[in-house]
Amino acid sequence: MQERDSVAIRFAGDAADGMPFVGAQFTATSAIHGNTVCTLPDPPAEIRAPAGTLPGVSGFQVHFGKLAVHTPGESLQALVAMNPASLKANLFDLEPGGLLIVNSDAFCAEEWEKAGYVANPLENGLMQGYRLVAVPMDQLNREAVARVKLSSREVERCKSCFALGVAFWFYERPLETTLAWIHDTYAKNPPMIEASTRTLKTGYQYGETCSAPLGHYRVGKAENSAGRFRQITGTKALALGLLAAAQQTNLPLVFASFPLPPANELLHQLCEWKQPGVKVIQAEDDLAALNLALGASFGGALGVTATTGPGLALQSETLGLAVISELPCVVIDLQRAGPSAGMPTKSEQADLLQALHGRNGECPLIVLAPATPADGFAIVLEAVRLAIRYMTPVIVLSDTFLAQSAETWRVPSLQELPEMGVTHAVPTGNGSSAFLPYERDTHLARPWAVPGTAGLEHCTGGLEKEERTGNVSYDPLNHQRMVAMRARKIAGVADELPPLEVQGPAHGELLVIGWGSTFGAIRTATERCRSKGLAVASAHLRHLNPLPQNVGAILRCYRRVLVPELNAGQLCSVLRSAYLIDAISLSQLQGQPFLLSEIERKIEELVIS
Amino acid sequence: MSTNVLPLLTPSDLTSDREVRWCPGCGDFSILSQLKKVLAVLGVPRENLVFISGLGCAGRLPYYLSTYGFHGSYGRAPALATGLKLANPDLQVWVVTGDGDALSAGAGHLIHALRRNVDLKILLFNNEVFGLTKGQTSPTARAGTCTKSTPEGSVEASLRPLSIALAAEATFVARTIDVDVNHMSEVLEKAAAHRGSAFVEIYQNCKIFNDGVFDYATDATIKADTVIYLEHGRPLLFGKDRNQGLRLNGFEPEVVTLGHGIRIDDVLIHDEKASEPTLAFLLSRLIGPQFPECLGVFRSVQRPTHAELLDESFRLGDPARKLESLLAGDESWVVA
Ligand code: SF4
Repeated sequence: MQERDSVAIRFAGDAADGMPFVGAQFTATSAIHGNTVCTLPDPPAEIRAPAGTLPGVSGFQVHFGKLAVHTPGESLQALVAMNPASLKANLFDLEPGGLLIVNSDAFCAEEWEKAGYVANPLENGLMQGYRLVAVPMDQLNREAVARVKLSSREVERCKSCFALGVAFWFYERPLETTLAWIHDTYAKNPPMIEASTRTLKTGYQYGETCSAPLGHYRVGKAENSAGRFRQITGTKALALGLLAAAQQTNLPLVFASFPLPPANELLHQLCEWKQPGVKVIQAEDDLAALNLALGASFGGALGVTATTGPGLALQSETLGLAVISELPCVVIDLQRAGPSAGMPTKSEQADLLQALHGRNGECPLIVLAPATPADGFAIVLEAVRLAIRYMTPVIVLSDTFLAQSAETWRVPSLQELPEMGVTHAVPTGNGSSAFLPYERDTHLARPWAVPGTAGLEHCTGGLEKEERTGNVSYDPLNHQRMVAMRARKIAGVADELPPLEVQGPAHGELLVIGWGSTFGAIRTATERCRSKGLAVASAHLRHLNPLPQNVGAILRCYRRVLVPELNAGQLCSVLRSAYLIDAISLSQLQGQPFLLSEIERKIEELVIS
Repeated sequence: MSTNVLPLLTPSDLTSDREVRWCPGCGDFSILSQLKKVLAVLGVPRENLVFISGLGCAGRLPYYLSTYGFHGSYGRAPALATGLKLANPDLQVWVVTGDGDALSAGAGHLIHALRRNVDLKILLFNNEVFGLTKGQTSPTARAGTCTKSTPEGSVEASLRPLSIALAAEATFVARTIDVDVNHMSEVLEKAAAHRGSAFVEIYQNCKIFNDGVFDYATDATIKADTVIYLEHGRPLLFGKDRNQGLRLNGFEPEVVTLGHGIRIDDVLIHDEKASEPTLAFLLSRLIGPQFPECLGVFRSVQRPTHAELLDESFRLGDPARKLESLLAGDESWVVA
């Protein structure tokens, strides 16, 4: 038996091998067992790729540990490969000496040739550098379920439980969670309950009997604080945030979206969780989606849309309308690799400048970004709160990686949710003085005057407004004052933002600062460098416009500032121009999260040079 | 419209204090004033009336009413209005659009509002030209029309707004004309009373860039021969002596003169309630000078509105899945 602080394991196979199921079961079991867990599904690149080919390989990665894990892990300590194609597609990520569990029954000549091997990779010591466990899974699974009357497809389906059983043994996972799942799922199909249970246990025993001499691994439990916990994906966190915001504001939620991946998952989720007061509609395009949301906001509801880069580009027109008509709405951009349709299933953070500036005219709005999958919940609540308080559109920049990956989350109780009561404008006084739709409160926000309210009738829209009255005005000085007013209103949000916090030394050689989904990689890489004795700190921005007030002061506390981003240096250029500091960009554009080593290497280069 | 409801408002109650900026002689003035008369007697409180528009001359209309209004972006008014109805189905929402706004930039949004049967009153002011951008061709400009952007005459086929509305499954489709104020009132009242998407094309004269394009339909000396006033259940007759009619020859319409063996029974009967919009579509295709053009209600049928169907589906939702249980998810665990 060997002890480990954390393990990253990837399950890889054909679409029919059920890897997402295996990954999800391994995740739930590990989390319930008491580990912190981050996960990342790796769906096949093509929707219907031929079986046994590289484009058809689907994977699911689970990183679990006894200390806090912030990323789904990069180099793997274990790989489960169900066929030659999945071995070929994933082996380069397995660490030397890593555990390699393969379904040896799938390694016939026809299959390894399809994967592009010229010889059987399991023979002739080709896998010598790894701890190879070759299991004839097809055969053992068939034997395990032989006594149950099943169709051949059902027999095949059971195989994933066998693989799961083997993996459970190697990492001392209990079977209870999966057994309960099997009972729930196959409640109407008792033969499948029996078969799945048998093959799961057979897989587990296989580990015990055949591999015992080599031993298994132990990953201790994390010291979690008390409370109720669950595993949550970025998409689910965003969806729950929206539902919580609707409940806390007591407003109807109108969610309109055009199903561009990965934003389509949020649409599906809200449809599935049909809630009273929540109207979900598939719009004819992204432009319509934001207009639907904005129309709903005009009507006093919470108008929200979710999209991805090309959709945000279409929406820039309507964002301008939302800014000038000063109505609250929320746009969630799940960024993917661009430009244009780019790489639809790959992640990137290259919409930052589009979110900050991609509109005609002087058109400031609030931009936020969640740091982790679960942070989507808090960031959506914050987006809704700010949108309403400041009567402005808010863009939330999440991304494909955050949407799909998952982490352990402490479930908040309803009492812990922020108070967000909203009052729409009501007529004041005796009604003799005309209503002023562009009068401002202490936050410089105009009243949210909702159709249906007698005495507040007014007309808003996309033409420049006269101060206070909101009448159309082309007066030059009025325009200058209105541009300044809209800018001041958004800049003023900074007054209430929590100050940026720093991990590590408050002064020193290097600050590594990031935003969005790079949080986990930056945090872990800087922690590792500090443990090697380097004077490096990290900081993470969740508010990108406006920036917290202390950002400039913090940046000046370090000799150098490094900005790792999955774009060509967009935040870096923002920081350079806002604070006149010589920030250094670390850019990666491969549709993948940063490798820790990429960031560590750059830190070492900068600190040691 | 019911006449036993006391008018709540007068047209002047619906007038905003903003200066009307259309060109003198523009057909929009007439539409605005008829609209106010109709609105005043609807019995809908002023605060529940909302006008949503896009860009162009027609798009200015909401500013001239004292109701709620939202002057949106080019072509997007149907989407804005759909969102508003989702937020509050109790409002009476009107969309004011022009031929450029509705059919250049906004065609996609228009057809989706119609097919959803959102309870909107959509008025398309068709002047067959771009006015506010100073006189370019429009998607409804007839082939050959000379404009600043088509000095040699437009070479593109023109769209017929009513044909598009019918193809988009609109449940109420009508046409009227700016100067025929009584007819316009009648059509607007029917549109207001319709439950679901009501689409009204209003022939509107642009005094500046397309003056007189609808003279054939307004000139008292000829209009009897160029216009058919649609009446539900009545034969499609026109002409000073009402002796001309439309009949079908195979799938083709043709104009016939009664007598000489052609009897009134040969003439098509208008049926705005027909379950299929085939006849309405055929009528929407008729243009002069070969054919008379139809004014009135082409189609008026009932089907559930967007809001009704959505409410239905929300009722079918799972109220047992409260936020608290969604937060906890299916697999949560407790650390003591
Ligand atoms: S340009 Fe034409 S349509 Fe526009 S206001 Fe003038 S006359 Fe009316």
